[in-house]
Amino acid sequence: MKTAPYLLSLPALLLFAAVVIVPLGMTVALSFHDWGQYKGIVPVFILKNWREVFSDSYYGEMFWRTFRIALLVTLLSAVFGAPEAYILNRMRSPWRGLFLLVILGPLLISVVARTLGWALLFGGKSGLINAVLLSLGLISAPLPFMFTETGIVVALTHVLMPYMVLAVWAALQRLDPQVENAAITLGAGPFTVLRRIVLPQAMPGILSGAVIVFALAASAFATPAIIGGRRLKVASTLAYDEFLNTLNWPLGAAVAVLLLVALVLIVFGANRWVERRYAQVFG
Amino acid sequence: MRRNGPLALCYHALFVAFTLAPIIVVCWVAFTPEGYLSFPTTHWSLRWFHAIARYPEFISAFWRSIGLGALSSIIAVAISVPAALAIARYRFAGREAFTALFMSPLMIPNVVLGIAFLRFFTEVGLGGTFTGLVLAHIVIIFPFALRLTLASAVGLDRALEHAALSLGASEWTVMKRIILPLVLPGLVSGWALAFINSFDEVTMTVFVAAPGTETLPVRMFLYIQDNIDPLVTSVSACVIVVTVAALVALDRAYGLERLLVGRGGNDGR
Amino acid sequence: MAFLELENLTKRFGQQTAVDGLWLGVDKGEFVSLLGPSGCGKTTTLQMIAGFVEPTSGAIRLEERDLLAVKPAQRGLGVVFQSYALFPHMTVVQNVSFGLEMQGVAGAERAKRVGETLELVGLGSFTERFPRQLSGGQQQRVALARALVIRPRILLLDEPLSNLDAKLREEMQIELRQIQRTVGTTTILVTHDQAEAMALSDRIVVMNKGRAEQIGPPYEAYERPATPFVASFLGKTNLVKGIAVRPERISFAASGLAGTVRTRIFQGNHWLYQVETSDGLVTVIRQNTGEPMPVEGAVVHLSWMAG
Ligand SMILES: Nc1ncnc2c1ncn2[C@@H]1O[C@H](COP(=O)(O)OP(=O)(O)OP(=O)(O)O)[C@@H](O)[C@H]1O
Ligand SMILES: [Mg+2]
Repeated sequence: MKTAPYLLSLPALLLFAAVVIVPLGMTVALSFHDWGQYKGIVPVFILKNWREVFSDSYYGEMFWRTFRIALLVTLLSAVFGAPEAYILNRMRSPWRGLFLLVILGPLLISVVARTLGWALLFGGKSGLINAVLLSLGLISAPLPFMFTETGIVVALTHVLMPYMVLAVWAALQRLDPQVENAAITLGAGPFTVLRRIVLPQAMPGILSGAVIVFALAASAFATPAIIGGRRLKVASTLAYDEFLNTLNWPLGAAVAVLLLVALVLIVFGANRWVERRYAQVFG
Repeated sequence: MRRNGPLALCYHALFVAFTLAPIIVVCWVAFTPEGYLSFPTTHWSLRWFHAIARYPEFISAFWRSIGLGALSSIIAVAISVPAALAIARYRFAGREAFTALFMSPLMIPNVVLGIAFLRFFTEVGLGGTFTGLVLAHIVIIFPFALRLTLASAVGLDRALEHAALSLGASEWTVMKRIILPLVLPGLVSGWALAFINSFDEVTMTVFVAAPGTETLPVRMFLYIQDNIDPLVTSVSACVIVVTVAALVALDRAYGLERLLVGRGGNDGR
Repeated sequence: MAFLELENLTKRFGQQTAVDGLWLGVDKGEFVSLLGPSGCGKTTTLQMIAGFVEPTSGAIRLEERDLLAVKPAQRGLGVVFQSYALFPHMTVVQNVSFGLEMQGVAGAERAKRVGETLELVGLGSFTERFPRQLSGGQQQRVALARALVIRPRILLLDEPLSNLDAKLREEMQIELRQIQRTVGTTTILVTHDQAEAMALSDRIVVMNKGRAEQIGPPYEAYERPATPFVASFLGKTNLVKGIAVRPERISFAASGLAGTVRTRIFQGNHWLYQVETSDGLVTVIRQNTGEPMPVEGAVVHLSWMAG
């Protein structure tokens, strides 16, 4: 057996064993521990937290809200992001690079700063858009945004949209531009070319973008925390509260582990489906 | 290639406006002369930028973020290079599993990682320490570093090394004159991408950092949780400017698309 | 009036003139090749006919009607692209029937015509494959079938064989010619391979720097090149004592221009010689008849018939 590749991977392996696998294992174990206001964490093996998470409708509602938001965000980014990727792909040299930077760049700008922007745009009466709409007389009361699901969805869509554009863009890059011309010579109109030629080829990109956006939306923290506040909780903000406010770590660990397991199942399932669906065509 | 029609360009303009609006708004409010959130139109002032100086916790958080990002990115790149060589050059049992493991921080929600780190560091006595932060950050930025070092390693044509060796170069010369110059752009970009990701990370860090080891995004996040005032917009504006500068530099040096799409290291350009 | 007329067709990209005042008439059923070195404007010409590039000036007429006023989708031309441009997400059958669908041809009729065309190109048994599951030659046939099935008024081929290996290319040339004879479609082929152009075409257009240097049957262009460029582009030529002589027209004789054999290359059915003479290097091609031939270093005499 060759030892070289194992030796080369050793530092990374050690790091991941110590700082990823062990902590995750400890978190799973933690979710089975007991906890009391005064006794703190008691390292025993009980199902109390899991029972609570599965029986209390509060958690069911909260998880349902989390995935509902994630689904909406995914849909919106696909519907709006895919056309933009197509438009970008058809741009010419200086513009293409420039707008790619403009649209993908925010991916690397602090999520806190970007979410703050949405709070400034829509937050209460003084929010820019609300103020403009109010002064124009288009609305009589400020549009509710802060502490609403709509607000979270809009801000999260903004935060995660670049991932969708990126995924679709990557798929379109592999597309032979002559293929569109070929369809045109066969008599296809612009709409037919889009629907029958471009969209099916962009579909793997849209789907893989959707998987990424969904996973990130379902586990997003800063945006729902800032826009949703304490009133509108999603899985990650709930886990945060259990850990840093209530201090019921075992319960928070159960919520987190459940989120992880659900996401891993969904993402793996979706990826398998996409791969099987397109294996023959694109390989 | 056909051009975009007017409808497409309108859509594009709206899309760009949507993308930039919140970012511009933050920078705009930062210049308000008022003591409350408002959009300056006639009077602009730097008062809230000056005000940052009076909040040492923002200043120290900023430097901590810089140090943390720089240090953890260097370590992440250093560890990722041998791992990338192993993955790129050898077919061995467990290769796929290793790759999946090293990429897993992308898959695992950062909240979950934050919780796991918090639990682990508290148990081993690293809770709230800078060392803990560094370890945690190395892990979550590792996939970004690995992706670019891997692209470099894969793009490296072994025939070049063989050619140099056949021309009489020593192993060391091959390393210095052939391999290093070829992979260096990938390594530097990997470091930069890792740095930016570390610099922006808030979700996981919020669990691991304690008062005294807060990073800038964590400080901003906690501040916003209490109240939103012009101070946090001026801080955000600074963060945005720094990130945009880094982005443009990175785009010039390596190509943003290549960086984010993660294509091979030597494809033209 | 010819079937297809290119009248003073010109295309400029900024400063650069890609096609420069091209006149060409193509008769119905004719097979015409655009031949020339890389960058001489062949693809640009074809793309102007197909409608993907707009001419700077000049006109294109098909059956006396202005083709430039017709949108690419309505021109009814069959195009085979150099990259084939097959729809990767559609099977062979779906690829070929796409154009008929666009014309609104009914299902049964469509299936019949697709079947016939696939038989014609010899792909009857590959109907349900996706393009990437086909070899280069098979993909090329699908592209041809897709263009032919719509019964195009003109078939445009842009270096359709250049991605194939030498042997397959030769086979496909023969097949292409046979198919074109069978269906009788007017065909314009772009190629930089002079052998291919000569093998397939009724007439060839030798292009250089955007201009047509000579238009005529292959034999005529080869035997009576109109310009030095055509002479040198179509096969090898020697300039001996101020006249152009094809290498295969020169023979070794008892007397004549004296020279020394520099190199001798065996090429199967013929020998290729480089002979150093007082008039410079002369290339000589001799059939391999099995007889002994002069070796390198030998002193020889060259003779030829003018013309
Ligand atoms: N879109 C364009 N913009 C600018 N210049 C172009 C464009 N298309 C072609 N050209 C130029 O026009 C000239 C003719 O190009 P064209 O593609 O027609 O050549 P070609 O004869 O097909 O060559 P090849 O055999 O290499 O395919 C070339 O010099 C090319 O650089
Ligand atoms: Mg060409």
